[in-house]
Order: sequence, then C-alpha cells, then structure tokens
Amino acid sequence: MGSNMAECHPVAFRWPMKAKLNGAKLVHVDPRFTRTSAVADLHVPIRAGSDIAFLGGLINYVINSKRWNSDPFFREFAVNYTNAATIIGDDFKDTEELDGVFSGLVKFSEPAFWPYNGLEGRYDNATWAYKRGPKAPGPVTKDLIAKRAGPPFDDLVRSLKPGPADKDPTLQNPHCVFQILKRHFARYTPEMVEQVCGSPKEKFIKVAELLLENSGRDRTSAFAYAVAWTQHTYGVQMISCCALLQLLLGNIGRPGAGVMALRGHAAIQGSTDVPTLYHSIHGYMNAPSALRPHETLRDYMAAETSPTSYYGNLPKFLVSYLKSMYGAAATAENDFGYDWHPKILGDHSHIACFAAMAEGKVKGMCCVGQNPATSLNGGATRQALRQLDWLVVKDNWLTETATSWYLAPEVKSGEVKVGDNKTEVFFFPSTQIAEYDGSFTNTQRMLQWHSFAAKAPGDCRTDSWFYHNLAKRLKKAYAGSKLSRDQGWNNVTWDFDPDAGEEPLYPGEISARKVLREINGYQTADPKQHLKGFAELKDDGSTTCASWIYCGCYPAWDQNLTARREADPPGVPGAHLKWGWAWPANRRVMYNRASADLKGNPWSERKRWVWWDATFVNPPDPKTGKPVPRGKWVGYDVPDFGGTKAPDAQPKPDGIGLDALSGTQPFIMRADGKGWLFVPAGLVDGPLPTHYEPHESPIQNPLYKQQTSPVHKVWAPGKPYNKLAVVGDPKFPYVISTYRLTEHYLAGAMSRWLPWLAELQPELFIELGKGLAQEKGIKNLDWVVVSSPRGHIRAKALVTDRIGVMHIAGKRIHHVGMPWHWGWMGLSTGDVVNDLTAWVGDPNVSIHEGKAFVCNVEKA
Amino acid sequence: MLVGRRDFLRLTASAGAGTAIGGLVGLGVTLAPAMARAQELRIKDAKTTPSICPFCSVGCATLIHTVDGKIVNIEGDPRSPHNEGTLCPKGAAIYQLHMNPNRATKVLHRKPGAGDWEVVELEWAMDRVAELIKKTRDETFIEKLPNGKLVNMTPAMFALGGATLDNEFNHVCQKFWRGLGVVAIENQARI
Amino acid sequence: MPEAMGFFTDTTVCIGCKACEVACKEWNQLPAENGGVRELSGDSYDNTRRLDGIHWRHVRFIEQFKGPYDGRWLMMSDVCKHCVQAGCLEVCPTGAIIRTQFDTVVIQSDVCNGCRACIAACPFGVIDINPVSGTAQKCTLCYDRLQVGLEPACSKACPTDSIQFGAISELRTRAGKRVAQLKSQGVAAELYGADPSGPLGGLNSFYLLVDKPEVYGLPRHPELPTANLAKSGGLSMASAAVLGLLAIVGLRKRRMDEQSRGGPGNV
Repeated sequence: MGSNMAECHPVAFRWPMKAKLNGAKLVHVDPRFTRTSAVADLHVPIRAGSDIAFLGGLINYVINSKRWNSDPFFREFAVNYTNAATIIGDDFKDTEELDGVFSGLVKFSEPAFWPYNGLEGRYDNATWAYKRGPKAPGPVTKDLIAKRAGPPFDDLVRSLKPGPADKDPTLQNPHCVFQILKRHFARYTPEMVEQVCGSPKEKFIKVAELLLENSGRDRTSAFAYAVAWTQHTYGVQMISCCALLQLLLGNIGRPGAGVMALRGHAAIQGSTDVPTLYHSIHGYMNAPSALRPHETLRDYMAAETSPTSYYGNLPKFLVSYLKSMYGAAATAENDFGYDWHPKILGDHSHIACFAAMAEGKVKGMCCVGQNPATSLNGGATRQALRQLDWLVVKDNWLTETATSWYLAPEVKSGEVKVGDNKTEVFFFPSTQIAEYDGSFTNTQRMLQWHSFAAKAPGDCRTDSWFYHNLAKRLKKAYAGSKLSRDQGWNNVTWDFDPDAGEEPLYPGEISARKVLREINGYQTADPKQHLKGFAELKDDGSTTCASWIYCGCYPAWDQNLTARREADPPGVPGAHLKWGWAWPANRRVMYNRASADLKGNPWSERKRWVWWDATFVNPPDPKTGKPVPRGKWVGYDVPDFGGTKAPDAQPKPDGIGLDALSGTQPFIMRADGKGWLFVPAGLVDGPLPTHYEPHESPIQNPLYKQQTSPVHKVWAPGKPYNKLAVVGDPKFPYVISTYRLTEHYLAGAMSRWLPWLAELQPELFIELGKGLAQEKGIKNLDWVVVSSPRGHIRAKALVTDRIGVMHIAGKRIHHVGMPWHWGWMGLSTGDVVNDLTAWVGDPNVSIHEGKAFVCNVEKA
Repeated sequence: MLVGRRDFLRLTASAGAGTAIGGLVGLGVTLAPAMARAQELRIKDAKTTPSICPFCSVGCATLIHTVDGKIVNIEGDPRSPHNEGTLCPKGAAIYQLHMNPNRATKVLHRKPGAGDWEVVELEWAMDRVAELIKKTRDETFIEKLPNGKLVNMTPAMFALGGATLDNEFNHVCQKFWRGLGVVAIENQARI
Repeated sequence: MPEAMGFFTDTTVCIGCKACEVACKEWNQLPAENGGVRELSGDSYDNTRRLDGIHWRHVRFIEQFKGPYDGRWLMMSDVCKHCVQAGCLEVCPTGAIIRTQFDTVVIQSDVCNGCRACIAACPFGVIDINPVSGTAQKCTLCYDRLQVGLEPACSKACPTDSIQFGAISELRTRAGKRVAQLKSQGVAAELYGADPSGPLGGLNSFYLLVDKPEVYGLPRHPELPTANLAKSGGLSMASAAVLGLLAIVGLRKRRMDEQSRGGPGNV
C-alpha cells in the first residue's frame, strides 16, 4: 500500500517476486492498476487518501477475528512488547466522543517574527499521557538547570524520570490502550471501508484474511510504502496506522516483517540522517527552536532527553555534535558553544520558505541538485523565485529552476517580462556519480561507498567543492570580526582539505573520507583515534562526533566500512553484515529483540533471527576485570539489545537510559521500551490514526463531522497563488493523484536529457478511465486540459481501464492520474504537473498533499 | 562446455578491481552506435571501479569500466546482495548521465534584469556568491528576538537540495549554513 | 563442444520496466530513435513499439480489461529468437549471418551489405537496418560477452529474472517446472518455441505465455521463407568455421538509411 514498488523500486521488487515464486502472496492496494498490480496476486482499488479507513478496517477486523483471539502469540506480543496494557489518563477524549477531534485542541496564533507555520489549530497533548504513579524523590530539573549542573549530565537526565505507568495486563481496563483503540476503530467495518475507500468488501476481507493467515509465530507479513503514504495532510498517521496494525500482528522487529519505507533518492535517507533539513540536527536531535524551551544547553537537554530509553544518552550525542561544530572553542564553561548554534523560528520547510520568499522574506537561495520550479504549486513557486535578490543553481543539467527566469510558461506567454525580474542568477555545473568519491545511505539505512572513476569535463565540480570553497572565502571575510554574531562562524571548524599525500580529485576538492571521519567521530585529544561505536560517546567534550547514529562506520582512521563489498555466501541465512554498513551499529533489522519471545528463544525455528544463548561464556569485564555471568544475545544480525543483558534482567531503580528497561522491552528508543499502539507524545495530530478527508475532496467525511485533520497545514492561506477548492466543488469534480514512472526520475533532470530513457516515455500524459473519456468525448491521444484552482496544463490522454470510477458514499467518483516528471528542458518536454498542486500539508513533517486533490479535465 | 548462469555470474564477479576481462580487441568508447563486429568486446583492458546507482534509494551496486580514464561501460555488480548485478532502466542508463553531449560544463551568470546568460569564470562566480551570502547575512542576521530569546540566525537565505547527493555533501552543506546561522536548509525528503 | 545457449523469458514475472531495452542499448551502444525526441504512442506504456535495427529488445504491453480495474496487464520482453532453423541465415547472400559456437545467430556488421534479404526472411520481424551503420542488425545474444564468460546484458539487468539466460537444455527443464507450477495454480501457461520438434527446430529464445501467441505479437506457426532447407545445424557449424575469413573480406557497403530514423548524434 502507498507504493508502486515494481515501477518505482524495480530492483528491490526482485525480492517480493522471488518470495512470490516461493509461495508468498502479493497484495497491491492502490487507486491505479499499475505494473505492481499486474504481477500481484490481488489488486484492490482504493480511493486516493482513504488509506487510514482501510488500515483502520484491518485493525478492527484483526482484533475481532477468531485467529487473533485464539492464537496466544498475538496477545503475548501485544501485552509484552506494545503499550496495549498501559492506562491512559482519565481526561483523554477520543474522536468517537468529540466527533472527529481529540481532547486538547486549541487555537494556534502565528508569531509575528515568523508567521509561516501554516497552522490555525494545534493540540495540547497533556490529556494523551499515560496515567502514572508518583515520581521518585530526588533533585529537581529546574534547580539543576539553574545551578548549571554537569557535565556529567546524568543527574539532569535522572531528574526527568517520570513515575511508573499504570498497566492492566488483562487488557480489560476501559482506559487501557487496547480498549481505547478497540472503541476507536469499532466503526471501521468492511461495509464502512467499502463506502469510504470504494474498495469492494469481499476484496477487503480477503486482504484481512491473508494477513491473519500469514502472521504469527511461524509466519510474518510486511508492508512496503512510499510517498503515496507521505504526501497527505495526514501522511504520518497513515504510516502510524500501519505500524499499529503490524504491532498487533507481531510483525515488527522480525525477519520478513515490518513497515518498509521505500525512499525515493539515492541519498534521501542520508540527507535525513545527516540533516539538510531545517527541523533536525545530526542523528534526529530536534533543531534548537525559539518556539520550545531551548534557551540554554541544559534547557534543551531537559526538553529533548527521554530518560528511560537509549535517548537517555542525548547529552552525549549533543555535546559530541557541538564539539564537531566548534572544536576546541566548545568548552564546558561556554556550554560547548550551544549559544552560537542557530535556533529555528518555526517552520522553515520547503513550502514555508517559498511562502516567505513570495513575501520578500527570503532574499537569497542556493539550489543544489533539486528542481523546485517544477515542484509543489509550480506557479506560486516560480513567482516566489522571482522575488529573490540572488539565486544559485548547481546541477548536472540546465534545469527548469535555472532557466525559469526566461523560459517559465508565464514568461513565454508574456504575462511576466524578463526585464522586470531583478534576480541575479548563477548556474554551476556539477559532477556525476562516477566522477568523485562518497557514500550514499540507501532505503535500508545502509551506507555504501562509491569511488572516483573518471574526471568530469569543463567547470564541473562536486557539490561539496562548492560549499567547501565558499566556506574558505567566508572564513576569510569574517576573520578578525569582533561582533558577537560572527563568533559562531569564526569558531566553526573547517578541515576538509585532503591531508598531505592525498591528491585532490579537482583543484580545491575536499577529501570525502575526511568528512566521513568527522561524521563518525574520534577522541577529541587525538583525531586519529576513531570512535568504534556510539557507546563510546561522552558528554564532557572528550569525544567529537557529528552524528551519533553514524558512529562506527569508520571505526579506525583507515577503516571505511561503507566501502566493504563482501556478501554472504549463497544459502546462508545471514544479513550480509560485511556488505556496506547500516546504522545503527551495522544492525539490519531494528528492534530485533522482538524476534525472540520473552525468554529470549526464537518465536519459531523458521523465523529465527536474534536469540539469547544462556550458555555463552563471556570474557571478564575489560574495564573492571570482574567476571561476567554466562549468556549473550546472538544470531544472524547485530542484536539490538545490550549484548549480555539477560531476558529476565530487571530495570535498575535508579537507572537511566537502557538501565531503566528490563530484558523484555525491545523498543529501546521508546521511553517505555514498547511499541506504541497509542502515541502519547511525539505526533502533533493525534495519538491514534483517524480517517480525515484530504484538504480538497469531492465528499463530506463519512465518518465524522470534522472534515479534515483539525491541525493540518495551509501555507499562504487566502493568497491568490494558493487557491483551494471547497468540499464537493462542482468546478473540480475529479480526484487526481500524481506519481512517477519507471522510465523517468523525479522532476526529470536526470532522465529527460538521456535519449535512452526519453524514448521510453517521450511525453507527458494523463491516465483516465474509459467511462470518463466517454462522458467528456475524449479519445486516446487527444490533447486535454487539466485544471485545478492553482492552474491548468495540457497533456495527452491515455484512456485505460487501469484507472476509473469508484463508488464512494453513494457518489460516482472518477479518478485520474498524472506522472509529474516533465518540464520545459530536456529531450522530452511537457507541462509542469505540479502547477496543479497546492501548498497544504502534514503538520508533523510539512509534506504536501500531492497524492489526493481535485481537478477538472476537458478536451483541449 | 557447461556454462550456467552461476558460472557467468562468477566470472563477472571476479572483475572486482583492475582489468575487467582479458581477451579480445576492444572498441573504446564512442557516442556513435556499434558498427564494428559484434564479436568484439568493449571492456577489454578496462579498469573496474565499484560504484552505486545514483537514482532511487535501493542502492544497487554498479561497476564502472574505464579505459584511459574514459567511461566505456557501467553495469550492475553481481556481488551485491541488493541487486545481484541487475538494474532498472535508469540504472542501466547511468552511462548516458556521463557520456552525453547535453551535459552542462560552463558557469553561467545572469545580471539582474538582463535578458541573457553570460559565461563566466568559476573563481569569479564563487567570489561573487560569497560576497552575496555575506551581504545578505549581515543585513538580515537576528541575534535576539523581540522577546529577548537568543537565536543567532537569519531566515533570509534558503539552501535546497541534498537527497540526490552524498552524505559527505550533506554534512558539508549543513555545517556551512548552520555555522553561518542559516536554518532554512531543506532537501527532497520534505516533498 | 559448447552447449546451445539462449533465453527463457517467463512473461508472468515481467514487470515491464524496460531495463532489458536500455541495458541492451548501453552494451551495444545503440542510439535512441530520433535522439530520444519522440511522440507518445498511446499504446499502453509501449513507446518503442517493435524490434528493429536499433531496438534489439522490446517490451510489449497488453491491456486486457472488462471494465475499470477488472482485468490483467500482460508484459513481455521480446528479442531475436535465435532459431535453430534460421531463415535469415539461410537467405543471407554475403554470409554475414553466422551460427556461433553457442548455437546463436549473429549478423556480422562488417560483412553485411545491407541487402535486406534477411529482413524479409525473418518470420518474427526482428531484423531491420540500423540507420547509422546502414547494415541489418539485431540481437547478437551478446556474442562478445558470451565468449569471455559474461552473461548477456539484458538478462543480467532483468530485475525479476523474467529473462533467464543459460544452456537451452537446462532452461527447458526449468521452464517445464514453471509451467507445471502455474498450471497447478490454475493459470493457463504454455511454452512458445521450447519444443525442438516444433517449428524452426525450436527457438533458442523461448517464452512462457499465458495467452495465445498472437496476443503477444508472435506468429502461431512461424515458417521459413524458403522450402527444402537443410537442417541448419551442419550449415551453422560451417558458417562458424569460416567466420575468421569472412570478417576480413570486408564486403560491407555502408548505406545510410535516412528514412524516418534518427541520425548518429545522440546515442
């Protein structure tokens, strides 16, 4: 669900196809019958944007099924490894009680200093919290902050420990998570699914039965999703809903199980881990923010540290990161330079920045390897670009973003004059993959090194070269400044030139190995002493490490584990641990403690992955020399659990971090070591997934009075460049999805210039059903005009039964679909499909709603 | 001779480093299509370099064949547990990302209001961009908000891109901008 | 004595990704039609449409639907069949077309004079003039790769192993098992070209189909253009023997076939 794996990740799809030959069943739930559907055992049509209703229906079906209630495996997994038994506070109110909203909804007021958050409402999540006993006595957090306690920061972390959560292992308490979710999803029946999703009831039941049959001790099922689950105003909740279902089925932390994110770019996992994203700093720590209590280093630690999980080590991650930023200048006395680090003012995400740019609040932009001129609400984006003082585009190809100042449709039509555009524009050509060294992190969190093979032509330089050489210039420009605002930059360490003996690939080129070494980290006193893993990190400045999650990929100065290419021999049920390096700690299946039962034995022989070997003789503790009791976690993978922590180990009463968790709590990044069916904190739009309609929908929400997520984002509300359709707007009666094709890539820069790919899909098209085509008098290959409130474009019609009409809540609703790869540059050109999309999005992650909105289609 | 798929795979796999395959006369690389005899081998004496496909996130391993520093062929690395030598059409076309007359190779500059690009020197353009970044930073920097909160940042510059680029680029990019106090750093993961 | 090598294409696992088309073009350095600047065909996701001198692999898309979402979408990667009795080889006046030691059929570009006899003789419409070389071209089953133990580019690239390369005898066994497996699941699967006693002495590129051959654009009864041809086995070995001689004769007359096909500019 939520992906078209055969078309968008064809080589990864090699493995489901192999599984199919071995008897696995492939199910594809999608608004289109795609190349994935063509080879699936079952295709189930679904209305775009209604996935939570479908998944919620599966949850309701599963927990009321005979199989789930008769096989003890499911209850054992749910009671022990999830928060099903945990009691929620009495004040919590569900969407069933408040007709589509949860308790805690309050109005959001945009701050004057950065009014681009796109919010009208937000949740105060206090009522979603666990019901807890009294907190243990001890030092109070605010006193520790006031007296600048630490490093070490252990007391500060300990002071954050809440009282123990109330539980009911019988799952009978009406306020326990299991009973809450049972009530929450009770109305998500197969009949309701058919009404809301348009998916035939019998096909829906078939999916539910297949999942039940294929889950348990001996079998596991997996879900694969992609951006068809993220590009919604409630995308995070869709994924959360799948995780909830998979936890109930015992399909997490086990081989052949899980919720697989099929990410879209070679390094998109890496660019999230090593965050060229505004909201986080290395290793998923939240960016210091003016909207949160992040005033000082200790305030930040108090607000961000989860004391009873592995995140209890956050002070070590943060201090080591600050050391990587500011080097010797970062000291305990100056809080390791925390005050120099910039704080965000609110939402600086992609759309928020363009909304601010349109109002003249963003003056300069560097665009490296991305093509926003054909992206979200393209017309509005290009209008925003015209307000810039300066724009730098660095790419392998002359992209639409580089040329929109003279070739954009509104310029060609004469609506906008070239001379009126006062932006200074630069284009820098880039190297291609074979022309430099570096690492990508793939969708499995695996870092893989690629090596230089050939020189790039002309002025092509690496993209790292660009920032490296700008940094050198700006270091020089600010050298000697005594202004307080410049001290952060003057103290930033910048040491990426190759060491003596290593030839730069191009004049002034960085050493990519040196960059990865800084990411991996080292002993501050001796940079040649690399850190072997994040367990070595310290919170006193003695370790320097940009990214705690990448710590261990370069465990010695000359040991780049990302470059390893040693696969397991055929027939070995291993995890190919010597091929590349996966974070964290080269682990391939996260939370793999869950692959064993409470006692540490594999759930079944067939699904063996990581288990407790009670007879294993451990060497004495290397630090103390004391003997270590027998027993160790072993298996095919790197165990996700302190190596010698026995299954019957109890939490230490005073413990923080992993010491606060028992031997049966596999989800070590969660504060209670459990998989969360109910999310008490961390999601801004609700603790449970709830069906809402997309911002633009042809129908009223059939389940609740609340039409859309009450906290979803609308940027530039009311502006003429971000017009939105009303519910059931007769001018825009059809549901449209945008998507990718196998033969092209993204906005097309990397495929529309390649003759071999261009000839395979030479022109933009719209896929529309035969019924709609007949109604509109459109024949195959006719030109049609597709319009949304934001704009209109032309495309050729591909008339097909692979997409069509659905019956939703008593209405006939036509679906159409368009690939979005085109623009005006390249060998294959076409209109910009994103000229139709809107600036609305998910409140957790600010991703737009590109998979479900409305349009009109007319013969041109 | 019994040659099954495994034998063929193994033979290819042995081409991990150094010369790809010894034997017949190579064609060298040309943008013109194959005209010479089909029985000749293009990658004779080619050097093999391990690489990764730059398109989607699957991380297919590739082998790049070069002769005298020029790319003559790129195909899947059969050793990889991800792709076992296979590729999709985009991966199979990586060669054409490199060997392509449409590639941009010059630095271009458009003055405010101008109607045309000018080809400029790389070093001049870098100096000019550095100058603009400093100017914008100095004009828009916020040390403290009106409510007294220390923020040391500017929201007036925007850095976009990174998901198609290396981890090392991402580190250098985010360190550069965060070091300067620029927080609006984004990439394709958002969209 | 090498064994006969070839392709078994299991269309039931084809995902229509066209990796085979591109991998073939990459290895054989074939150009895109008109440099890649083309119009949408409107025939499902098939925009290259056929096998010819610059498309040695072609993926066909067949939409079979009774109504919205109700039906199936068949895909098949097609290629030269490397017939055991090869009409093209028999009619070639210059001896440019040879049978190799792998029992595959290869056109030597530098011996071909572009006379087009083979084009007419092929019952599958596989061969056409490559406008750049002016000679008849088609799949060589990567003869150059085979000789050094490399698998053909297309089958190596195929992500789902829809195209399988190997010894014909082994492929036939594998194909038989796959048919049995599908039939047990109620799928009407049949092999096309796997029978050595069938038309053209069997095809060294054979297929597993789930509908009539015509649906995939394959002739139900492929025939040789001329009668009374000797069994090609002996002939082919003779051809292989004179390979070296012919190669240096240089009978090639280059003819640029401008027609509607692309020039050499972009590969």
